[in-house]
Amino acid sequence: MASLVAKDAGKAAAQPGLGNVAFIAALIVAAVAIFGVTRSIGNSYAFFAAYVVVQYIVLGTAWNILGGYTGYVNFGITAFFAIGAYSSVVLYKLAPWLPLPVMVAVGGVFAALVGLGTGYLTLRLRGVFFSIATLALAVVVQTLITNWDFVGGARGAYVLRPRLAPLIGGDYIQYLYLLMLGLGVIVLATARAIERSALGYGFAAIRDDEAAAEASGVPTLRLKLIATALSGGFMGMAGAPLPYYVTYLDPSSGFSLNYAVNAIAMPLIGGTSNWVGPIIGAVVVGGLQQYISVTISSAINVLITGLLLVIFVILAPQGIVGLFLRKKR
Amino acid sequence: MSALLHVEKVGKRFGGFVALQDIDLEVQPGERLGLIGPNGSGKSTLVNCICGTLRNEQGSVRFDGAAMDALTAHQRTRLGLARSFQLPRPFGSLSLAENLRIPILYAVNARSGRRHLSGPAIEERCRELLRQVGLAEKAHRLPRDLTQIEMRKLELARAMAAEPRLLIADESMAGLSHAEVDEIIALLIRLNGEGVTVIMIEHIMRAVMEFSQRLAVLVAGRKIADGNPRDVVRDPEVVRAYLGE
Amino acid sequence: MDASAGLLINAVVSGLLLGGFYAAVSIGVAISFGMLDIVNIAHPAFILLGCYVAFIGNTVFGIDPILATVITLPAFYVLGMLAYQVYYVAFERRDDQSLRGLSFFFGILFIAEVGLGLVFGVDYRSVQAWYTEGNLNLGVVDLPWRLLVPFLVGMVMVAALQVFLSRTFIGRAIQAVAQDQQALRLMAANPARIKRIAFGLSFATAALAGAAMIIIQPVEPSIGREYIGRIFAICVLGGLGSFPGMVIAAVTLGIVESLTSTFFGPSWAPAVAFGVLLLTLAVRPSGILGR
Repeated sequence: MASLVAKDAGKAAAQPGLGNVAFIAALIVAAVAIFGVTRSIGNSYAFFAAYVVVQYIVLGTAWNILGGYTGYVNFGITAFFAIGAYSSVVLYKLAPWLPLPVMVAVGGVFAALVGLGTGYLTLRLRGVFFSIATLALAVVVQTLITNWDFVGGARGAYVLRPRLAPLIGGDYIQYLYLLMLGLGVIVLATARAIERSALGYGFAAIRDDEAAAEASGVPTLRLKLIATALSGGFMGMAGAPLPYYVTYLDPSSGFSLNYAVNAIAMPLIGGTSNWVGPIIGAVVVGGLQQYISVTISSAINVLITGLLLVIFVILAPQGIVGLFLRKKR
Repeated sequence: MSALLHVEKVGKRFGGFVALQDIDLEVQPGERLGLIGPNGSGKSTLVNCICGTLRNEQGSVRFDGAAMDALTAHQRTRLGLARSFQLPRPFGSLSLAENLRIPILYAVNARSGRRHLSGPAIEERCRELLRQVGLAEKAHRLPRDLTQIEMRKLELARAMAAEPRLLIADESMAGLSHAEVDEIIALLIRLNGEGVTVIMIEHIMRAVMEFSQRLAVLVAGRKIADGNPRDVVRDPEVVRAYLGE
Repeated sequence: MDASAGLLINAVVSGLLLGGFYAAVSIGVAISFGMLDIVNIAHPAFILLGCYVAFIGNTVFGIDPILATVITLPAFYVLGMLAYQVYYVAFERRDDQSLRGLSFFFGILFIAEVGLGLVFGVDYRSVQAWYTEGNLNLGVVDLPWRLLVPFLVGMVMVAALQVFLSRTFIGRAIQAVAQDQQALRLMAANPARIKRIAFGLSFATAALAGAAMIIIQPVEPSIGREYIGRIFAICVLGGLGSFPGMVIAAVTLGIVESLTSTFFGPSWAPAVAFGVLLLTLAVRPSGILGR
């Protein structure tokens, strides 16, 4: 009987399906193909819109590593995302010649460190305290940055976007898009590799019953810290290109609650049990948001996302993936 | 021969409630110890303190000569302590076989000097353990598809999967039929024959008497008897407090 | 009197009064999280609802803001009972709480913030009453009415609830549920029904807290988020399940924030709560007077 989430069903001794290297290769091929298709549309707007969707795939997958896999809810997405964005602003002001991938890596490292710090202080307690701490973390990071004149404080910071994309030619936005696709490949490959590894089993054990996991030999604190660092780090990496995307970054938009709600709603709606869910969530919800934004209003579309989140959490906790698997039986 | 497990003057309170007081207990390597007592007497609390799920405020726990008090539960499991939970706590989203995988990956494989089990070997080991408790056909089912009794067997199998030197079986036989009780006793005795020290916590007196080389009795957080099973069950205080007139 | 000493005294006194207000804001969570173990992070959203009720009552109907929310108390209470029922059916009964329960409340928080923004706009709103301006002069200190009245609201709420919990039958049933659900079930009382009442009370406190909030400061939908950190910092610092602890924690936070505001600048105030929260979690997670 193929049960809903028995990962067993697809994982005998030699796990069927692609090995990690083959999967990365497949992702790269897909990314290149998607880039090609987007380029062929011939409209710059396509890149701007697609960038947002891929950004949410990265954010949602990153959130899901700690949320869906390990069972710890991080509400402070805006903190990690903004740490990445603002570390790019700092680097831009200090060393604008740094290649963007380097800034992405730096942003990721800072965000991961903050995640580790918060985690170290709160992960020894019940999961709810970690979640509350992340919520407060978002406010604090925003306060700190709003008071920091070097990055413009409340007035915001301007970043000059280069006109041409390095390496590939065309508008700079194409370069940003390619970079985000690259991040997508890295995050998805990591998520899937975790799922199929001992680490993934450890995360699942923590999620299902932490005390039993601990009694079975799982070093729960260490694994939770790993999940928090990975999750926060990837979110920071997703935020690092943002200043170049928007060219003007101020705290109220950089810390917009929309990032947090989307990063949580998309995996929960798509499905949290594996790497496919956040993609489905980002595409479906992102697409829906674009549509509503254009037909009704952009404020309503944000409201609808929140409503969908609540509805799915109550009625379809396994997300779209779950609904699909249940129908298959 | 020094004791494998040495519990010395262990005390534990929850707010104003004294759950354990002055518990002294020694378990020799290879021994089969039975632990009995009324509900609420502190047996599971004692297990939690020994295994690190709870911290005792007083006294100390030593395993194989080493002090356990600073160690977390997972560290103690890696050193060779394992337990089943009185109320089964399976990993709900994992199949039975995968439930057993966790201790294999994290307790057995993590021990220094052990050859790492991998892929097919782990699969086989999970199947073997499930066979020993009679759950082999349900290897790919989820815990929610099990009966309460089957879940207790899974608990026991998961503790065994950690390849412990000391196994604490906390009420693994509750609700089992006569034949099933015999099966589990035989299983535990076989384990003991392979060198595993076993502490059995049970209410089923037949099983306790058949299995135990030594018997300890806990009542209201205190140990009131500890010795030869035949003598202990005739002890008037034990009869009064637990066995009944 | 020395200028900086005067500044200090006023900062402390303001902080004390602010603390009373923070107690009003936190008592709902002291009930839902401290006693019922339900992490209602959406509580600030309902406080904001109370703010806008007070605002409408005051600007449209011309009545006193506190009175406006008192009138709507029953509605908030019913809303709270409904919310608990949804939570119970969807999460508590399925015993699948943490991830989804938290996300549920987060979703509610978000919907409320956006919804209020759509209906009332994002401009700051405030109310007018005889106590929104002016000070009570007590010799060496000035007590702004705008701080004093919310302080009093807070103190009255805490006192009333404390009396309710310890002197009435239902109140004691709520305390029993908080401590031992199993025993309650054995006594043939229905824990869910009692929790529903308690959750309704929690929401009712949000109404009055909303009135207090819009008196103390102009309000717009997104300020709810600032209060989550404060509320949970207070409940954790005070110790879950202890009202006196919560009040002490609220006053402490009020004073620390007030001092920070006076000597380092008001934009640092939101960060104080987080610092307090982290410190408490790291050093003494059970709080000052926690069980």
